[in-house]
Amino acid sequence: MVQTEVKPPTKERSFPKPVFTDAEAGALEFPSSTSRSYNYFKPAKLRATTYEDVTFDVQPDPDRHLSQGWIYGFANGPGGYPKDWTRLVSSDWHQWRDPNEEWEQTIYRRNSAVVRQISLNLENAKRAQAYSHWTPTWSRFIERNLGAWMHGENGLGLHVFTAVQRSAPTNMINNAVAVAAAHKLRFAQDLALFNLDLSESGIGFDGAVHKAVWQSDPVWQGVRENVELLTAAGDWGEALFATNVVYESLVGALFRSDLMMQVSARNGDYITPTIVGTGENDYARDGAASRTLFTMLAKDPEHGEANRAVLGEWLAHWVPISLNAARQLQPIWSQPLELVVTFADSLSTAKERLRTLLAEIGVASPKELDQ
Amino acid sequence: MSRQSLSKAHAKITELSWEPTFATPATRFGTDYTFEKAPKKDPLKQIMRSYFPMEEEKDNRVFGAMDGAIRGNMFRQVQERWMEWQKLFLSIIPFPEISAARAMPMAIDAVPNPEIHNGLAVQMIDEVRHSTIQMNLKKLYMNNYVDPAGFDISEKAFANNYAGTIGRQFGEGFITGDAITAANIYLTVVAETAFTNTLFVAMPDEAAANGDYLLPTVFHSVQSDESRHISNGYSILLMALADEDNRVLLERDLRYAWWNNHCVVDAAIGTFIEYGTKDRRKDRESYAEMWRRWIYDDYYRSYLIPLEKYGLTIPHDLVEEAWNRIYNKHYVHEVAQFFATGWPVNYWRIDPMTDVDFAWFEEKYPGWYNKYGKWWENYNRMRYPGRNKPIAFEPEADYQYPHRCWTCMVPALIREDMVTEKVDDQWRTYCSETCYWTDAVAFRPTYEGRETPNMGRLTGHREWETLHHNEDLAEIIQKLGYVRDDGKTLIPQPHLDLDDPKKLWTLDDVRGINFASPNVLLNQMSDADREAHVAEYKRGGPAGRPAKVAVA
Repeated sequence: MVQTEVKPPTKERSFPKPVFTDAEAGALEFPSSTSRSYNYFKPAKLRATTYEDVTFDVQPDPDRHLSQGWIYGFANGPGGYPKDWTRLVSSDWHQWRDPNEEWEQTIYRRNSAVVRQISLNLENAKRAQAYSHWTPTWSRFIERNLGAWMHGENGLGLHVFTAVQRSAPTNMINNAVAVAAAHKLRFAQDLALFNLDLSESGIGFDGAVHKAVWQSDPVWQGVRENVELLTAAGDWGEALFATNVVYESLVGALFRSDLMMQVSARNGDYITPTIVGTGENDYARDGAASRTLFTMLAKDPEHGEANRAVLGEWLAHWVPISLNAARQLQPIWSQPLELVVTFADSLSTAKERLRTLLAEIGVASPKELDQ
Repeated sequence: MSRQSLSKAHAKITELSWEPTFATPATRFGTDYTFEKAPKKDPLKQIMRSYFPMEEEKDNRVFGAMDGAIRGNMFRQVQERWMEWQKLFLSIIPFPEISAARAMPMAIDAVPNPEIHNGLAVQMIDEVRHSTIQMNLKKLYMNNYVDPAGFDISEKAFANNYAGTIGRQFGEGFITGDAITAANIYLTVVAETAFTNTLFVAMPDEAAANGDYLLPTVFHSVQSDESRHISNGYSILLMALADEDNRVLLERDLRYAWWNNHCVVDAAIGTFIEYGTKDRRKDRESYAEMWRRWIYDDYYRSYLIPLEKYGLTIPHDLVEEAWNRIYNKHYVHEVAQFFATGWPVNYWRIDPMTDVDFAWFEEKYPGWYNKYGKWWENYNRMRYPGRNKPIAFEPEADYQYPHRCWTCMVPALIREDMVTEKVDDQWRTYCSETCYWTDAVAFRPTYEGRETPNMGRLTGHREWETLHHNEDLAEIIQKLGYVRDDGKTLIPQPHLDLDDPKKLWTLDDVRGINFASPNVLLNQMSDADREAHVAEYKRGGPAGRPAKVAVA
């Protein structure tokens, strides 16, 4: 008898079958068959940008289409995004667009480019033993001052920008502020990881002293006080204005641009400016976004005058705080061996920067700035 | 970056925090929870230097797939039945995503743990990513799918539609009220840890079966960020558990958050999966089977139950009741029927069910045909204008328009479970005892004898029908903006036939139909009439059938 091999029945695989449906655009003509743009908002220009399409009206507003209102409230007030969370008033908050048009794709492309740029620089620096040429004076300067600085960037990222992006009345504003938060956090971390590289580079770099300097060195207490006060500002408009207009002009750019970017190369350090420069570039973008927002508010056809008065009050309050922070930093201008700018020149540049910015926004320069 | 380098880098960036002495960050959002005794729990490590390139790579894959879908004519193979429901889903979901971003500072305010702040800030950026990438996917659908109507009014329709409002809880619930209730328990511990499984894994699976491989591409990319978010939530939960005073609040919030997520997410996603698919293979998992796997086994048994070792009482009863509602009380089928009943005020089209669908439903949910078969046959029969009104207004459909749940805003469709109570001087209806408890007990300034001053409130015009009470249906639709660009044809249709203008309903076909709010009418009734009405309503169903007159 011949034995035949009995194969077990093959279990038929189960999967959904492709079906030709012809459900593509243009297959039929009928009412609205060509209505292929979001039609519930007015683009700033003739056609909506991708940025507008993916951002506008995602955060609804009872003044626009939200017919049932906010359906959850806080214990002591309405929910959603109450417009009285800032003293500033707009006749139409939704007019504002982020000049950087940030959305998902731009955020990751740009920040990844920055990450790659910094990584390459740090790799090259290690390979070239670039830090070995640093003088002990410069090494101390970086470990203390750039080390202290990174705390402020992180604090602003976490407790000003991240906090503020919960509060503004439109998705446009909140997303732009969230991106600013991401920039600050990335920049602070880049400085911290640079600090880590330096402490492992064998040049006797103290990677731990930055905490004590930030916490108690008298030179840095004005900046720390300014940053902590900014985090304590409850009005989101005030926090954003006092940070991105006042503090960044008088303290942020003063330290990054008017000091670090000027003196590093002269002291044999070609790495620090490439990292600090990314922070400056971040601020160039985020500052521009704030400038256009406050310009819109200062020139609001209905509420401009009242807004300018509020901004004036804030300037009177915050300019002295930031000027005090700036002036307390003065001693570090004389620490590097090679000095190319004086503190007086740097502060003068910073003050002028703020005056120019305020003129663009359309608000008077406060007398406190002349002191 | 190696694991060792990552740990070292993460340790380094934690040095960035400090103890403020001049001023402390403004507390914009309060909580009744305390973290004084909490040990510091460290979530998943993430630093920006590795985060941005990782996400960029994920994005490149998504955008590559999008290009491929266009070049490969994906829309010649997508099922319209499926794509129509995306008009609703993709109008809702970008808001919960961006709300999750907005929720992060609330958690940061509430939790005194700098190590977790970093993870929460990264989550904020993730959520901006998710919201905008989903809006961009919807734009692609609008540009390439045969019927863009409904996609084109997306965010407006989301904001003025009854179904959009139901979905909006899954978003507003993240950003309002007690910071920990909202941003931790509701958002992370329940919504992200449990229900994103059905949202972002089960549903994309169904999309692929219906010829749409872009939804899985985008949503799996989104889901790959969720493990970090779950880790953030778990860390905060463990910190909260360290303080005995938090226990009663945790148990309250788990009950509220679990039940509300069930009511809202299962209603929507269950409907999309069961009624949006053309895939009726018998071995295809039903929503109930998916739920059993993803939520009951993976979440309840593997995540929630182990929390009992910390002495926490888990809402076993509510988990079992959610399953009971899904499998035995046919919650999803009641909801899908309600969506289809309300088709004139939708901004998407709903395909009638066929014999193939009937057979599948009967296989997966025994008894389905006896409950729902007749009604769907009527829906099919009444799908074209001219011979009848929309099915909601045809008595022979044998459907009593439901009362809406004041809390979850899904109607009280399992009629025998409806609770009616006078709360805040208004007669309100609830789909369940738990939704009643949520409004009357949980969302109040005291709870079980303790002050809960930070707990949120239920606000707004919660019954959508109230806004349109005694208006003409044509006027309502026009006011909502659910009209096509010829100024008369409705965006919603109870079928998919676009080939013949005579099959398309216009404003003229729905003019002269009065629309009434069940809640307004309920509050106008005398006590005796109301009691009789409620008793009759509770005797009604399933499938919305009015109660039969009792025979003496």
